[in-house]
Amino acid sequence: MFGFVLRRVLQMVPMLIAIALLIFVLFSLIPGSFATGQQDEGLGLDMAVVARMRAELGLDDPLYVRFGRYVQQLATLDLGISFRSKQPVIEMISARLWPSLSLTAAAMGFAISVGLPLGFVAALRPGSVADLSLMVIAVSGLSLPVFWLGILLMYLFALTLGWFPSFGYGDGGLWHLALPAMALGVSPMALLARTTRAAVLDIMNADFVRTARSKGMNEFRVVVWHVLRNALVLVLTTIGLQFGSLLGQGVVVEKLFAWPGVGSLLVDSVFQRDIPAVQGCILMITLFFLVINTSVDIAYKLIDPRIRYT
Amino acid sequence: MSGDMNLLEVEDLRIELTADNGRYPAVEGVSFTIARGETVGLVGESGCGKSITALSVMGLLRHPLALAGGKIRLTGQEIQDLPPAEMRALRGKRIAMIFQEPMTALNPLKTVGRQIAEMYVLHQGANWNDADARAVEALKQVKVPAPERRARAYPHELSGGMRQRVMIAIALACEPDLLIADEPTTALDVTVQSEIVDLMKELCSAKGTAILMISHDLGLVTDICKRVCVMYAGRIVEQQDSEMIFNRPQHPYTQGLVASLPRLGMRARHGRQRLTEISGVVPGITAYPDGCRFHPRCGRKTEICEKVAPELTPLADGALVRCYHYG
Repeated sequence: MFGFVLRRVLQMVPMLIAIALLIFVLFSLIPGSFATGQQDEGLGLDMAVVARMRAELGLDDPLYVRFGRYVQQLATLDLGISFRSKQPVIEMISARLWPSLSLTAAAMGFAISVGLPLGFVAALRPGSVADLSLMVIAVSGLSLPVFWLGILLMYLFALTLGWFPSFGYGDGGLWHLALPAMALGVSPMALLARTTRAAVLDIMNADFVRTARSKGMNEFRVVVWHVLRNALVLVLTTIGLQFGSLLGQGVVVEKLFAWPGVGSLLVDSVFQRDIPAVQGCILMITLFFLVINTSVDIAYKLIDPRIRYT
Repeated sequence: MSGDMNLLEVEDLRIELTADNGRYPAVEGVSFTIARGETVGLVGESGCGKSITALSVMGLLRHPLALAGGKIRLTGQEIQDLPPAEMRALRGKRIAMIFQEPMTALNPLKTVGRQIAEMYVLHQGANWNDADARAVEALKQVKVPAPERRARAYPHELSGGMRQRVMIAIALACEPDLLIADEPTTALDVTVQSEIVDLMKELCSAKGTAILMISHDLGLVTDICKRVCVMYAGRIVEQQDSEMIFNRPQHPYTQGLVASLPRLGMRARHGRQRLTEISGVVPGITAYPDGCRFHPRCGRKTEICEKVAPELTPLADGALVRCYHYG
């Protein structure tokens, strides 16, 4: 087991390097720079100033020189200095990391704690009123754009009912977290409900469930002893993929709710052409995705004895 | 109640299939009995209603199939309409079942020991520790080598034959009165087949357990069963003692089955020959023909066969045949 975990963790390193290089190359190909970006905003900088800024920021060096510098920095876990705030990017990100992680975790917690039971209930009574209405909810949850849903939640729970603050981080507690987490969690919740329903229906028709019934078990025991864990194996993939991509999807929700996370830092940095900050944010989101994926693989191994160390 | 009462009596069983455009009889007028400790075979091609007959005895028919008539009696007690809780108490404890595919019939995420132990927890109120210990004993009984180690194995770590032994251990855990074996050896190698059949025979005769053996393999069934019922398209077409069915098959379908069995020495006596086959296939449940359901494939059909379904005709020695032109 330890060897398996170690191998999976080591496999993340080349992935991260490859992605770092991809990000670098992509940003070198994009037209425009931090210097011209200042000019675009009508600050009226003349060309001499632009040229000086470009030289100061090292943008005049050829691609391979900048690339070499970038790799050198990465090797020492240095994500560079932000063009805009002149702060080390790693410090900017770490300040934003906790709000982002807590938002993502809360959204996923919401999705799992609501989506899994809903999917189960729907699957145990296929075709029933409960099943049909749950699936209507699920489809609506999947189709609502997240920014629209966020606005609806603000309107209902903050403006009308006054239960939660309409935006802001506050002290980072649950009270401030609730609305953005719900807005972010509805789509994975809906997807999880559907996946769980399909998985449970699939397992309920399996031969070993017939065997369990032939043993004289009641349906409750059939589900708890034989269906739950098998269905979980099927649902785990969806949980992992959704969880991993939530940090990236959080960009919209963070902007909407003025949540000081990595996502809103990323959006601001993109508008400012603050390339080191953008690269740092993307790398961080990638790392998060890889960590979640690796954890899912390890969880598989714990749940399903058929999975081999390969 | 009399002492020589039958263990299982199935009387005029009717099972219907609900399809989009109506309900169709999948099994009709099936009656048979099994005495205590007796082994009875149910033979026929795939799709003739053997397995669903067995599932109806277990009370395990599921939509779109449902019991539509007839009586199933276990030691005189009608069980076809029992409330679910009472039926569950019988299932596994008094009637147990072994399925065809031992790979998929076992839960892949539970150790086989635990899957056997469930029986003791369910029906005998054992705690898990005792149940686990007894599961090892049960594995020993079905002659699994190194039972302590195997009890902790998962189904995918065992061979097909081992898995079927585990299924037998589960089925016989509570010493049931009746064991229903639905094609228990079909998914296994020929050499393993005979081991499994011998094991079932041995354990059941030691405990006085009756067997309802379901198979498409007439040779296998006559080998272990005293009596054989031949089913075709949802009806029993012939019922005979095993010895007689080979020597004196009465129904044209049974005769076809017997003729299609390969026999040792046949080539030496008769030269090179093709094996006989019954032309055509079993009709689907929604497309059973009028009259005798075998008539489209029968060489002896006459006008009446196409119009009026024949009744079961009693012959000597308690044999039954459903044909106008038997013999």
